[in-house]
Amino acid sequence: MSHSDPAASRIASFEVFFTQFLDPDGLVRAPLPPFARDAETLKQLYRAMIETRAFDKKTVALQRTGQLGTYASCLGQEAVGTAIGTALRPEDIYIPAYREYAAQFLRGVAMHEILLYWAGDERGSAWAAEPAHHDFPLSVPIATHMPHAIGVAYALKLRREPRVVLASCGDGATSKGDFYEAISSARVWNLPVVFVVSNNQWAISMPRERQTGAETLAQKGIAGGINGEQVDGNDVIATRFVLERAIERARSGHGPALIEAITYRLHDHTTADDARRYRSEEEVRTAWERCPIRRLKRYLESQELWNANDEEALLRSAGDKAEAAARTFLAVEPRTPETMFDHLYAQLPASMQWQREEVRRAGPHAREH
Amino acid sequence: MADLALIEAVNLALHSEMQRDANVVVLGEDIGRNGGVFRATVGLLDAFGADRVIDTPLAENLIAAMSIGLATQGIRAVAEIQFSGFLYPCVDQIVSHASRYRHRTQGRLSCPLVIRSPNGGGIHAPEHHSESLETVFAHTPGLRVVSPSTPARAYGLLLAAIRDPDPVIFLEPTRIYRLFKQAVVDDGEALPLDTAFVDREGSDITLISWGAMMHDTRLAADRLAEEGIAAELVDIATLKPLDLDTILTSVAKTGRCVIVQESPRAGGWASEIAANLAEHGLMSLFAPPLRVSGYDCIMPLARHEHSYIPGVERIVAEVRKVFAVAPK
Repeated sequence: MSHSDPAASRIASFEVFFTQFLDPDGLVRAPLPPFARDAETLKQLYRAMIETRAFDKKTVALQRTGQLGTYASCLGQEAVGTAIGTALRPEDIYIPAYREYAAQFLRGVAMHEILLYWAGDERGSAWAAEPAHHDFPLSVPIATHMPHAIGVAYALKLRREPRVVLASCGDGATSKGDFYEAISSARVWNLPVVFVVSNNQWAISMPRERQTGAETLAQKGIAGGINGEQVDGNDVIATRFVLERAIERARSGHGPALIEAITYRLHDHTTADDARRYRSEEEVRTAWERCPIRRLKRYLESQELWNANDEEALLRSAGDKAEAAARTFLAVEPRTPETMFDHLYAQLPASMQWQREEVRRAGPHAREH
Repeated sequence: MADLALIEAVNLALHSEMQRDANVVVLGEDIGRNGGVFRATVGLLDAFGADRVIDTPLAENLIAAMSIGLATQGIRAVAEIQFSGFLYPCVDQIVSHASRYRHRTQGRLSCPLVIRSPNGGGIHAPEHHSESLETVFAHTPGLRVVSPSTPARAYGLLLAAIRDPDPVIFLEPTRIYRLFKQAVVDDGEALPLDTAFVDREGSDITLISWGAMMHDTRLAADRLAEEGIAAELVDIATLKPLDLDTILTSVAKTGRCVIVQESPRAGGWASEIAANLAEHGLMSLFAPPLRVSGYDCIMPLARHEHSYIPGVERIVAEVRKVFAVAPK
């Protein structure tokens, strides 16, 4: 088919837009939105990113010293999580993958709860504080949580509640059938759901360009009637702006959105991975120049809103906070093993009590060989 | 009170519970406007509207996932998967998530959902429409698996399944959907889950089954009665959690047991029951517990399905083997 083909008429075409306010050097490329002209708001965003990075650094250290199991670092992706956490309202529902700690901390998950989770303790997902208490837990299976958002959003719409569901995943997840089923069905019922693809360019060792033939991940939304858009995921102002717009449009009945946030995974996939096996140090060095914290810091400094004393104080308090979380985590008493039967059903069937009792009598076991 | 076929009893239960509880929502392919390919959901769209009677896109994995999402928000989702073989694409969502959200969140979130599907063959259907999938789900921790064998039990057990706070896989006996009718009272009374039913008392042998095979097992018991063998019939109804006490009490009385299933033999639910009998009921038994089952080949297409699905003859033959080892 071509423009000159007399038998063919254009039925549909699409566009994908990319939004950015601050470039990697912190220079303003477009007039800032109202919230970004408020110094306190910008500093809150900055603080959230710094605290997340301090937590991340401490957590990797805990893993390396054998005090934690495998951990998925969010280094470099702090802006996406911060934008999600500040754009959502408390009454909204967040369905994460497993790398968005910034969003979770902003919604009331305690740092030590994330540590418990990666230490292999189910209490790590029993978030006591609201609004995290009604959010979904970390999802290790890839993309299977995206269509859960369809059911959740349908329930909200059925009850006529002005609440939104936001579900996030990575670039690798967009290859899965679950992702397509979610995207394809959201507009069937015009659901209040926002899908966020945190495209950090790597799915373990698979680079983005070998994950799919699609030119952008945002355009996968168009297959479901959603005008997907891209945003610079390392520009926390742009990401929050675009998310807030999508969330509020969903809340007011305009239906679903898909946002592809372009970012970069600065660490290995997890602490069990070694990215030097498949990507160059040169690439990572270049990616550091697009770091979200670096760019907001430069902007704040350029506006004389931030100085070396502020930085030192914040780094110290963020470090203290991460240390305190580690201490809290390490002080948590392990549970006895029969608790693995708790919450299996609302009430453990009588016929299974003997199994629980057997495990209780045997007591804690480490691996024998 | 009316005489209803099993599928009509399912329909009645859905109407009844959707009337009683505004949180109940049904979803699935062709269940709204079409009333379901087996007419399980006839009339629900008119009675309750499109918000609560959802015709979904063609995506079983999505149906299961959507049910999970709904259920976490307190909506009692009752999904229909059109035919048993279409449950295969749902296995990931059911096993990875429906069965796990409560445990994963230590009780914060849970999945009070029901997935109903016609189970088993015998209706001359194409490939993938005749599977017996109960063991896949019965083996999975965190699920309940229920299979009714009569209209009254379909009504009462479906009400129980919908009201249960945890996920229930409700496998309906396809080939007896309309085979016979039974009086069903629309009283909104649920039958107990996790409970086996003694259909008929007898002193000579315990015959255990569930779902569609329970019908053939009853017919086999009638045939055996003519020969002077009094069979006790146990319809386990809930495969998981299994009511072992009722089974053991029966076997203690009769001393003989045959377990009847349609599914493939290897690792079928009859194996689980037989293992439990060996562990807990060996001293009651005069002969080994035997199993009647489908074969360990792929369910054939319609032309040979009745060579696969056990009938009265194979059940009676297996009972004779038991009496050959342990005569009355």
